[in-house]
Formats: sequence, structure tokens, C-alpha cells
Amino acid sequence: MSTETAEVKKPSEALLSKRRKKLISDPLVDDNPITIQVLGICSALAVTTQMQPTMVMALSVIFVMVMANLTISLMRNTIPSRVRIIVQLAIVASLVTLVNEVLKAFAFDMYKELSVFIGLIITNCIVMGRLEAFALGNKPYDSILDGFGSALGYSWIILAVAFFRELWGSGSVFGYPVFDNISGLFGDDFSLATNGLMVSPVGAFIILGLIIWVQRTKTGYVEH
Amino acid sequence: MQQSNGYIITFSVILTVVLGLLLSGTSELLGPIQKKAEELDTKKQILGAVMAAEELNRMESEQVINYYETRISSKVVNINGEEVEQDEEGNQLVAENVNIAKNYKRSPEDRLYPVFIYHAEGNEEDVQSIILPVYGNGLWDEIWGYVALQTDLNTIEGVTFAHAAETPGLGARITSGDVQARYRGKEIFNEAGELEAVRMQKGEGKDYSADPHKVDGLSGATITAEGVNKMLERYLSHYKSYLERKRTGDAPVALN
Repeated sequence: MSTETAEVKKPSEALLSKRRKKLISDPLVDDNPITIQVLGICSALAVTTQMQPTMVMALSVIFVMVMANLTISLMRNTIPSRVRIIVQLAIVASLVTLVNEVLKAFAFDMYKELSVFIGLIITNCIVMGRLEAFALGNKPYDSILDGFGSALGYSWIILAVAFFRELWGSGSVFGYPVFDNISGLFGDDFSLATNGLMVSPVGAFIILGLIIWVQRTKTGYVEH
Repeated sequence: MQQSNGYIITFSVILTVVLGLLLSGTSELLGPIQKKAEELDTKKQILGAVMAAEELNRMESEQVINYYETRISSKVVNINGEEVEQDEEGNQLVAENVNIAKNYKRSPEDRLYPVFIYHAEGNEEDVQSIILPVYGNGLWDEIWGYVALQTDLNTIEGVTFAHAAETPGLGARITSGDVQARYRGKEIFNEAGELEAVRMQKGEGKDYSADPHKVDGLSGATITAEGVNKMLERYLSHYKSYLERKRTGDAPVALN
């Protein structure tokens, strides 16, 4: 964006003005895609048994959302409104395929573990929701911020869920055996048991419920 | 804004072509790298049957490939244990390229069976163990693995299992080192010389160290465990002729 042309029309908005900061910060807590809008639950359940794959999933979603929002926003004036959903779908599906191919080439172990879920990003309601609600009617830079914010809101929740599920379910964090090391401090007779419930999807529901509870108590959000 | 049909069709065509080119371009570009990653993964799995996972994970990809080349030789046999060198079209067969999953769709008599031989460094005569691939169905999807036999062709040196979609924390535990370690030292032939394979038992936490044909089961994953049992039983029986021939000391080559 060149500042010269913008100055002629009206003073250009700061690169991170208050409104733009809100685009990123809103989805983190107040308008979180998972806890408030209750979107993207399926992948939040499926990938969160361990931190590492969750991290890869979060990064992939951030990439796909930012790029999809940018592309759709750039094309927003040319997209025929009658076929806009299928156009969005085509763009998202292409981006997801790209992510999958790149993972297969450079992180084969992750690809084996995640390829099913990466494919499911296409159907992640958050992505399509933001394209339809924001990118179709806003400028590219704002759309990037919006996509980034929503993806970040999604990411921190699934990472939080994964943290507790891996810690209680497998006794480790990022594969580092926390429980074993704690037990080691207290001698041989002491050991911490892992909870099998946390490894199954039920565990994700419980953690997610607790996060939503804590969050809504703090923000005072009520569903109408 | 309501666009004309002509505009919509043109737009769709252009979009399809652009996305199509983008995707096929990436696939073309990344294809060789992906193929290498896949081959490395197979080699790691094969070596996993005779090496500890931690040791294998510490190695760089170059080291794995080097190690594989100096320590593993391979061949392909048929159901009768005869060595096969060419496929139906007369192409040279490479054991690493034999697709077990594709072969699984044929009847057992028509399948190709790769054999991987783990030998001392640089000396193919000094065999240390024989690694056989196995393949079958778990609860949700395919499961596969490699079984390494000691030179008596009876005692299991080690196994490695992998799966496509078993339940995490239940059936997926077949990939964990401590479950696979249960197979070490077990025997596949009984005293009468009949193939008995090794079976995972129902329930978990019992001690089967006295029985050479039984291993502790997976609690909550009976169907996956049963799948592993069937997979081992079937594939070991497919390799039975090869093992028996090898035992009696003659290594015949099929006369094509």
C-alpha cells in the first residue's frame, strides 16, 4: 500500500490501528471461534491427544485461513455471487492440498499422523465462515488480520486442550515425560497414573467444557 | 450484483485452470522429495524390527540410508519360497518397491513376498536376522509391520507394527515400543515343528513369559489385537515354505 495515494484521499489508517488490533484480538477471547461461536469442534476433538500434531494442525489452519482470506478478498469484486460458495471451497481445498503435499515432502511422520485431519480443514466451519462473513466484503489487509485473528483464537484453544490431554492422558508435554520425571523425584514407590479418559475424545469434551465455563464466568458472556 | 451466465462460466473455467495448474505444478515439484521421504520411512520401518526406536530416531536420514545399504540385502520370493527375480512383465523386481498392500488384494498364491536380510556390515554371508513384512486389517483400517527372525528362523528378534487409523491410546498402542518388546524371544514354530505363530491374548497385565507362543494383550483393543494375530499367522504361513527351504539349506531359484 503506497502512502502517497492514500494521503490525497484521506489520512491512511495506521498499520495496526485500534480497529485493526481488534480484528486480531476479538477472536482470541470475546468472540472465540471455538468457545463462543462453537465452530470447528470436530478437529478440536480429533487432533488434540498430543501437543506436537496439534501444533502442526494449528500452523496449518493459520496458513490456510490467512491465505484463503487474502485470496478471496483480492478476488471479491470479480467473484460471481451465485457461485461464491463453490469458489471459496475451491480456493480452500487447493490451499489445504498444498499444505498436505508440503507436509508429505518435508515432514513425512507428521503427514502420516495428520493427513486425514489436514484434509478436514476444508470442512472446518471457521474457514468458510470467515470467508463468507468478512473476506467477501473487506480489503485484503484487513482480511489477513481477520483470518490470522480467528485462526489464532482457534489455535490457542486446541493447544490448551492438547496440553491438558497430553499431560493427564499420556503424562507428557510435547513428548517430554513429565510424570516420569516427577515420580523420579520421590523415589521408586511413587508413581503418577495417567487417565485413559483423556486420550479418548470424551476427554476433549470435558476440557473444552471447563475452558468455556472459566471463560464465560470471567467475561460474563451469556447465550441468548 | 447479478452476473450473466457467460461471465460465471468463464470465471469458473479460469479458476479451475489456474488452481489445476497450481496443484499439478506443486505435485510435480514435490513428487521426487515425497518419494524419497516415503522410501526413507519404509527403510526406517524395516530397520525398526531389528533396532531400538530411540537409536533409529537419533540417526539422520543420510545415516539411515547408509546403514540400510550396508546392512540390509533383499530379495523377493513366491508362496513356494522360490526366489523370483522378474515380475510378469519381465521387469527386474526390487523388494523395497514391492507394494505389500497391493499384493494383499491378490490371492496368497499370486502374491510377491519380499524378504529383507539383516547381515553384518558389508558381508552378506554373515546373516544376523531375516525380516519379513506382514499386512492385515485392524479395527478401522489396515495395519502392517515387520517381523525379524533370528538365524534359527524360529525365535523372534523383534517386531515393528504400524497402523493407518487405529484408536489412539487403545489399538494405536501396537506402535509403542513396550508392546512390541513383548514379542522379543517368542517362537513361531512349536516343538513338533508346526507353525503356531504368536498370539496376543485377551486382557492385559498377565505374565506369559513361560509360553513361547503367547504375549500379553491390549486392554480395550481386542479387535486390533485379533487383527495383529491374524496378520502374523497368515503372513508367517505364507512365508513358511521359504523358511523351511532356508532351514534345510537349499536356496532354490525359480525357473521362469
